[in-house]
Amino acid sequence: MRKWWWKILGAVLLIYTAFQGLAGIVPRQPILNETIRNVYFHVPMWFAMMTLMSASMVFSIKYLRKGNIDDDIYAMSFAHIAILFGMLGFLTGMVWGNFTWGDPLPKDPKLIAVEIGLLIYSAYFVLRGSFDDEQKKARLSAVYNVFAFATFMPLVWILPRLTDSLHPGNGGNPAFGRYDMDNQMRMVFYPAIIGWILLAVWITSLKIRTELLIYKKQEI
Amino acid sequence: MNEIKALILKDIQLEWRNKYAFNGMLLYVVSTVFVCYLSFKLKVNQIEPITWNTLFWIILLFVAINAIARSFTQENKNRNIYYFLLVRPENFIIAKIVYNFFLMLILSGIGIFIFAAFMGNPVQDFALYLLAVVLGALGFSACLTLMSAIASQADNSSSLMALLSFPVIIPILIMLIRLSKNAMDGLERSNSTDEILTLLGIDAIVIALSFILFPFLWKT
Repeated sequence: MRKWWWKILGAVLLIYTAFQGLAGIVPRQPILNETIRNVYFHVPMWFAMMTLMSASMVFSIKYLRKGNIDDDIYAMSFAHIAILFGMLGFLTGMVWGNFTWGDPLPKDPKLIAVEIGLLIYSAYFVLRGSFDDEQKKARLSAVYNVFAFATFMPLVWILPRLTDSLHPGNGGNPAFGRYDMDNQMRMVFYPAIIGWILLAVWITSLKIRTELLIYKKQEI
Repeated sequence: MNEIKALILKDIQLEWRNKYAFNGMLLYVVSTVFVCYLSFKLKVNQIEPITWNTLFWIILLFVAINAIARSFTQENKNRNIYYFLLVRPENFIIAKIVYNFFLMLILSGIGIFIFAAFMGNPVQDFALYLLAVVLGALGFSACLTLMSAIASQADNSSSLMALLSFPVIIPILIMLIRLSKNAMDGLERSNSTDEILTLLGIDAIVIALSFILFPFLWKT
């Protein structure tokens, strides 16, 4: 129980989110209308992706300090699932954009940032693929991972602030208060973020377990 | 400090002794500019300022990748082991970055004048544009030196180099294009402080990270 209570918490929060997201009461905003429900699904994807990318970087640093190959497998799995959640965030965003902005892929700095982010992490996997020696692969990709994370962050957090963006809370002083949410929506939004992050970590933990098993099998 | 100076001098001497590499880079700049001249200027004799700017930065990006990709592969493996015993890795990467910075300064300085001579010069605030070029040389050299250190460990280093650097360098490139666009339109200098500060910030992050991460690469 001590080890898996968070999985139950994540599942319960997501059931709550799904129920509230489909049937809950939301404020009626111009243009947004009912699509505002997507805020429970689209936005938490990015939170989950960011969490996983940060975790991936932390494990890369840990690998560089200790040289334990398990940490490299952790970092790789976190990056892998981070790409998955990035894709999901991209897709939910496209659906949303299609209805509110009239275009699934408008020219927007945040979209460009995310496309670059996915490119960076794809390059990370190509880099991993081009080495056979385990320690060498782990060390080089850890270095690249830390470096890429540090150049990716200004892209996501600073550049959209400097230009006009279609996303709320950009092109000026960003704040969560600028999302057109009332208190009732916040009651769902914050649990949704936690729920999705927990789910992402759960998926990653499964991935890590299989990767560790594959690694052990290769060792024999 | 002395170590850094000696390493930079060594790089300059190496470059001076086999000038064909540097001349090759120059020829690369001239021929790409000439290709642009043939395809844009010769028949139609008109080029949008935006295209002018973007073309220039794309040429510089490719020149930078080609010039800096050599920085760890031009000397043979055994000599790298010799350096490993002789100098501290931090000094080694700083020396490489400084040397590449000077190399990029020369190449992009020559590049901008050839480019302006062939393609016409629509820039209104040329001093600010030169500042953008200098900041670009700094950013490119800092970012690409570490990437070339990673890529030099692999077998297919030249293609890996391009693949790793493109996504990482895009944030710098976006800011550069924006800054140089301001310079082109001759906007008030105060409008560009945001871009300059962000660029300096990204450059500082990248240099600091190279400094921290390079010792881990050095071990192989």
